[in-house]
Amino acid sequence: MSSTFDAVANIIAETCDIPRDTIKPESHAINDLGIDSLDFLDVAFAIDKAFGIKMPLEQWTQEVNEGKATTEQYFVLKNLCAHIDALVAAKGA
Amino acid sequence: MRFEYFQLIDRIVDLDLGNRTIRTQATVPAASTIFEGHFPGFPLMPGVLLLESMAQTSGWLIIGITGFTRMPFLAAFNQAKLRSFVKPGDTLEITAALAHEGSGFARTTAEIRNDGRLACNAEITFRVVEFPNPEFRQHMEEAAAALAFPKESLANG
Repeated sequence: MSSTFDAVANIIAETCDIPRDTIKPESHAINDLGIDSLDFLDVAFAIDKAFGIKMPLEQWTQEVNEGKATTEQYFVLKNLCAHIDALVAAKGA
Repeated sequence: MRFEYFQLIDRIVDLDLGNRTIRTQATVPAASTIFEGHFPGFPLMPGVLLLESMAQTSGWLIIGITGFTRMPFLAAFNQAKLRSFVKPGDTLEITAALAHEGSGFARTTAEIRNDGRLACNAEITFRVVEFPNPEFRQHMEEAAAALAFPKESLANG
């Protein structure tokens, strides 16, 4: 989890020009860090490449739009990292 | 190229779905009102239109990869470089390769060669969504036919 968070935080810092020390596990990518949807595409690209996965952004967005999930479940970084870890584990299964 | 229709490529020369690459060809018109302003006495193909020609080439690649089920909309250019002048009458070879197919987005790398010389290159990001309506998709089918889009490659890809 911590190594995943460090990798994701470094990607966000580099991609979105956000000071690394302001990025915390509790940070909400959108509400706290101000990452917009276009910048998040760059973040998603870098995460997909770094971890060899394909984050199901469309599915997550649909779930949020339909009220089946909250943005916190996917975009608070510690939760995002947990989803990334699960995707990586599923890939290796 | 037909500037008036914002059609920046003339023909799809090769679509390789296995390697996720595409090659197109485009000839810059010998005359256009665009060249009266860009620039008087020194006509040049505008760089933004070169970028658009790479985006259109990339877009057809993504349409091919998704089997005409999704529409790519231009979202961003990264590392775009205009390396040499392109003039009226030049014939360009434009290539693109899929760098990543994400969920709801895709990224390509693309370049333009002018008489073998690298003229322009960039990384391009697209949002990839459902076709907005059947008429839109029909229009794209017709545009594909006009560009010699090899639809038989979809079945083989």
